Amino acid sequence: MAAAMGEIEDKLAELRQTFRSGITKSGAWRKNQLRALIELLQDNEDKIFKALHQDLGKHPVETYRDEIGLIKKSAKYALSCLDKWMAPKKRRLPLLFFPASGEVVSEPFGVVLICSAWNFPINLALEPLIGAIAAGNTVMLKPSELAVECASFLAETIPLYLDCKAIKVTNGGVDVCEQLLQQKWNKIFFTGSPRVGSIVMSAAAKHLTPVTLELGGKCPAILDTLSSPLDIKVTVKRIIGGKFASCNGQVCVGVDYILVEKKFAATLIESLKTTIKKFYGENPKDSKSISRIINEYHFERLRKLLKDPLVADAIVHGGLLDKENLFIEPTILLDPPLDAEIMTEEIFGPILPIITLNNIQESIEFINSRPKPLAIYAFTKDETFKKQIVSGTSSGSLIFNDTLVQQLCDVLPFGGVGQSGIGRYHGHYSFETFSHEKAIMQRSFFLELEPRYPPWNDFKMKFLRLAYDFDYFNLLLLLLGLKR
Amino acid sequence: MGSEEETKKKNEVFDAEAASLFVKELRGTFASGKTKSYGWRVSQLKSLMKMLNEREPDIVDALRQDLDKPELESSIYEVALLKTSIKSALKELKHWMTPEKAKTSITTFPSSAEIVPEPFGVVLIISPWNYPFLLSLDPVVGAIAAGNALVLKPSEVAPASSSLLAKLVGEYMDLSSIRVVEGAVAETSALLDQKWDKICYTGNSRVARIVMAAAAKHLTPVLLELGGKSPVVFDSGINLKVACRRMIMGKWGCNNGQACISPDHIITTKDYAPKLLESLKNELENFYGKNPLESKDLSRIVNSNHFARLSKLLDDDKVSGKIVHGGERDKNKLRIAPTLLLDVPRDSLIMSEEIFGPLLPILTVDKIEDSFDIINSGTKPLAAYLFTNNKKLKQQFVETVSAGGLVINDTAVHLAVHSLPFGGVQESGMGAYHGKFSFDVFSHKKAVLSRGFIGDVPVRYPPYTKGKLRLLKVLISGSLLGIIRALLGWSKA
Repeated sequence: MAAAMGEIEDKLAELRQTFRSGITKSGAWRKNQLRALIELLQDNEDKIFKALHQDLGKHPVETYRDEIGLIKKSAKYALSCLDKWMAPKKRRLPLLFFPASGEVVSEPFGVVLICSAWNFPINLALEPLIGAIAAGNTVMLKPSELAVECASFLAETIPLYLDCKAIKVTNGGVDVCEQLLQQKWNKIFFTGSPRVGSIVMSAAAKHLTPVTLELGGKCPAILDTLSSPLDIKVTVKRIIGGKFASCNGQVCVGVDYILVEKKFAATLIESLKTTIKKFYGENPKDSKSISRIINEYHFERLRKLLKDPLVADAIVHGGLLDKENLFIEPTILLDPPLDAEIMTEEIFGPILPIITLNNIQESIEFINSRPKPLAIYAFTKDETFKKQIVSGTSSGSLIFNDTLVQQLCDVLPFGGVGQSGIGRYHGHYSFETFSHEKAIMQRSFFLELEPRYPPWNDFKMKFLRLAYDFDYFNLLLLLLGLKR
Repeated sequence: MGSEEETKKKNEVFDAEAASLFVKELRGTFASGKTKSYGWRVSQLKSLMKMLNEREPDIVDALRQDLDKPELESSIYEVALLKTSIKSALKELKHWMTPEKAKTSITTFPSSAEIVPEPFGVVLIISPWNYPFLLSLDPVVGAIAAGNALVLKPSEVAPASSSLLAKLVGEYMDLSSIRVVEGAVAETSALLDQKWDKICYTGNSRVARIVMAAAAKHLTPVLLELGGKSPVVFDSGINLKVACRRMIMGKWGCNNGQACISPDHIITTKDYAPKLLESLKNELENFYGKNPLESKDLSRIVNSNHFARLSKLLDDDKVSGKIVHGGERDKNKLRIAPTLLLDVPRDSLIMSEEIFGPLLPILTVDKIEDSFDIINSGTKPLAAYLFTNNKKLKQQFVETVSAGGLVINDTAVHLAVHSLPFGGVQESGMGAYHGKFSFDVFSHKKAVLSRGFIGDVPVRYPPYTKGKLRLLKVLISGSLLGIIRALLGWSKA
């Protein structure tokens, strides 16, 4: 249901009024909303399973693992920490200002806009929402129109559980997005592509609105040569888990491509094939455990990536495309050309290029010559190599010996750098990203420092120099007349 | 660098191509890893310190040329504050650079996690004319401490300072990683066209929008330190003399009101205003004498543009009759005396833009609490000040007034407190710096999670089943008991 400009302005006016009323500032209100969100998820699990299945062919296990379960966990975590997060943080002040006190108080920005993506349509809408509510803001949520059933679900269900004067949902396409971006927000949180992220930030610049942009990129997996068959088995399972087993590769932190030494490639491919078969059977098309491509546009985009003859030649497994069912089977490529679109654009689908190198150390240079990714995955037991990757590459996050699990960590900031994003969230970072940290300094009237005031003279100059050096000893000497 | 080369460099046009080459060079240096080393960062900070120790007279002189800034203000608010910043960075740098361990939960057991700070890369710092040394080099301290390469673009409105900065950086700093570009709009535009890894801009909100829009093209994060109309609320029942003195220091004692955190205007009750006015007049005379236009302890107005701007504010019909103290001007010397105005209309020009000068309107209200409504009806300022002994009023102030920072019973001093983040909100800016916040704002905090090859739960992987769903639920919830129970009761998927 697309919204007209007038409707958007009315909704925004109400959100502003609600914020001004001060109701969202209370800890009790915020906790109630978080509890209501948990209730929403508990009561509507089946509906959510159904919506995700309709939009993306997601299996309930994936939906629970990547959407419902994560949000419940985040909401519970926020509930348990909220008092701590909301408490002012005392800060020590230099003796010079005695008597004085300092603290930092987190206050909500005001009215925030959250634009979420279609691949994890519940997670990417509600996870930022938790942060915005916890921080005391009022919210306009704009789900992605590409995940149609989920967008409807959110628009219908959120008003039934959450305070509809403070949290609103607006659905619609590009035109609605444009109208929303014309408004003045106190914060914008956007999840999506770098191209649109740039448009969002440009719009935000007109009002000096701070932004958090969760974007994407080509997340590489570095595979050091492993000797233990058990380690190889676990590695391959985790790689598949980070690719085909998560929305069939349509995930911003998914493994985009693999870097491996030439001598290890064959073993890797064999192992991948075996595990794919184990997970999805002989005919992955018939498996209920693998998601569909979101729509025709993306299906065609992916098909086009494989059309390049040099790329098609590089297929070593898979390659089946079924347009009617919007299904592409797990496909592995070996050494496609590095200048082909499949190696220059984020794939966001079930195609996994394997790039071979002479020496795995070259992976660092390979990654650094490309835009900074949202995540780098590295499978290795070599501690020296690990250190080189940590200090030699830059990415939103870096995971050793696994994929995707950083989502589960409430204590780690989740966000990009460079092309992969600005800002971060999850856990208390969500609270922070929606808060203005206001510094407060309090002084009292007694204990005046006369040398603070003009007219200026040499003594006052000396005094202030020592004061700003916090050289209390010499300051005392000066005051006692013992210092020249 | 010889004077011939210097002249040559000055005559070269700095256009987009030149800017692009600059950035390329700096990227090369950054890629070499040079700026990441602790040794490099310390050496550069120490060089900055040496520069300040050795060249303070030159700095004081440049500031006198550009702003007629009193020597004490230059020495203390530009040089001394900077030295404090450098000292603190040198002392804490190792600690700041150390990754922060993060506690992981049972859900990812076994695992270890830390947050590793890393430099963004090549940063652009654009600074203003009012505190040309402090506001250029304080961000530079942060950028260096965080391990970045950088370009500094000082303001052309303070030309002696800009020129001196370029010269000093050339003499003391590592030119392969730190450069100064002088110039005006054309040069700034050429710089803004480039792709930077971070941009720090201190100045006004109009230009800030241009900076952020340029940054948006390359998805460059920004730190914007802007301004606003920082109000001072005066309650009754205070030590009026001390309060007035502190207020005067924050206003005329800070570059003659030309500072982003200067008190812009006062709000007080109708009853208290006469007393307040008397005290202000007294203290102003104590500080600056009977002829403040002649006082050496006040900066001048920076240039004729701003002089004209401020004159226009005073000549406004709605306001010219409201002057209750001061108002004297000397166009040739670019001086305006400390001027107080009483009860100017809220829709006058002087109340609709940041004054940034030695004019101080006093607004009066019936009840002191009404002042908070007035403040909140405007755009969020960089700072807000309150003088009171009333605990309840203090609490209300903290709870209802949104600004970058608040100070109770003083003005401007929070600038010198490095344990407090210094920055604005919405119209007054985004991001914060000073102390460790400077290091943080120029760093990307990378999450690093390490797992072993054991500790894999089949429930993660397809083929998916109802049994896996049950186990997954308890696993994600992190309930240890739930996990054990589920594992014991769980049969083949």
